[in-house]
Amino acid sequence: MIKTDVVIIGAGPTGLFCAHQLGIIGLKCEIVDNLDKIGGQCIELYPDKPIYDIPAVPECTGEELTNNLIKQLKPFNFNFHLNDRVQELRKENDNWIVKTTNGKEFSTPNVVIAGGVGSFEPRKFPTKSAEKFDGTSVLYSIKDKTIFKNKSVAIFGGGDSALDWAIELSNSSKVSLIHRRDEFRGAPASVKKIKELSRKSIINLFTKYSIKDVKGNGTLEEIEIKSEEGESKTIKADYALGFFGLIMQLGPIAEWGLNLDKKTIPVNTENFETNKKGIFAIGDICTYPGKLKLILSGFHEGALAARGCFKYARPNEKYRFEFTTASNTIKDRLGVK
Amino acid sequence: MAKIKYIEHNGKEHIVEVQNGLTVMEGAVQNDIPGIDADCGGSMSCATCHVYVKEDWYDKLSKKEMGEDDMLDQAYEPNSKSRLSCQIMVSDDLDGLCVYMPEKQV
Repeated sequence: MIKTDVVIIGAGPTGLFCAHQLGIIGLKCEIVDNLDKIGGQCIELYPDKPIYDIPAVPECTGEELTNNLIKQLKPFNFNFHLNDRVQELRKENDNWIVKTTNGKEFSTPNVVIAGGVGSFEPRKFPTKSAEKFDGTSVLYSIKDKTIFKNKSVAIFGGGDSALDWAIELSNSSKVSLIHRRDEFRGAPASVKKIKELSRKSIINLFTKYSIKDVKGNGTLEEIEIKSEEGESKTIKADYALGFFGLIMQLGPIAEWGLNLDKKTIPVNTENFETNKKGIFAIGDICTYPGKLKLILSGFHEGALAARGCFKYARPNEKYRFEFTTASNTIKDRLGVK
Repeated sequence: MAKIKYIEHNGKEHIVEVQNGLTVMEGAVQNDIPGIDADCGGSMSCATCHVYVKEDWYDKLSKKEMGEDDMLDQAYEPNSKSRLSCQIMVSDDLDGLCVYMPEKQV
């Protein structure tokens, strides 16, 4: 059991800046994120896209913004728990017991939900029949590539994951690559390589096709694909891999007894607390009259939520507002003279 | 101003007037029409405002910009009439436009 002042759910820009504000006012926090890297939507959806509306930063990419936030947070040495998701929240006396999918447990008076539009999960095949093979022969990520040796593998998608795995697995498996259109969004060099492998009949390339059905008795045996004109083809396959990018799902957050408005959590704008004492929501996931889904709004919300957390983390102390330019206590916390 | 018809997957029709300069996505969200999620808010970073454009309208729309098809690869059951509704800008020329919503967005 890890004891801390605050658990932050979500390591996007809003969660990161809230952590910084907690550090400034002398609180400790632990940050949990479902992705394998820090940065949230900025790093997963648009690392290379320029952002033009961060105050005093005329232009920066999602990746640059993330790196700067990490740098700003460095003096506090907070722990990140990546590749993990908060599953359960339970009240025990004055504290929240927070449990993650990987079995970590935290005890804390404050939880800050900075979860964006939810956690990122792979988009799955639309066909119902694929569900019963999910995790065994229908896969959306690869942990151990040796299982595909000398097997027939049907790969769906047109991005880098699909292309890279098609190229890699074609060395030791019979690969079919299926994509809904003629163009690929993967790197030009990979597209060239795929076309070359297709010409040499090392991989079977099916463009303008999508999945229709998966068949098999216990294990996957074949998949059926269809063109938009309605023509079907059957391909032998021991494995089907889908690389259709990530979607955002609210997931377990919906089960914690919080008031919800569509996919967002109503908060008061004084400290961004939800209907549950000690649970705060900031960034894209919170809603209130006039809410703007801007990164800068998330920063403001995080700063106020941090002060809200102080009240429960230090019930016997009075919070004193201080400027970073003037306060020696804050300079000590930042490690600057 | 254009009258736009949004048809849910279950066949339910919604006809609303949408101001010029808004997107077809915004027309749906502002009028509480179900079936368009628009998780990313219109920055072409997700694929949850996916619609199928009625056959005779598809070619009348301005062409897809770079990146839209890449996002559509990640949509639910895209086809050759698929568009991201956040990338269709409303103008008088779009009066009568008809779009179908997919079975689901995520």
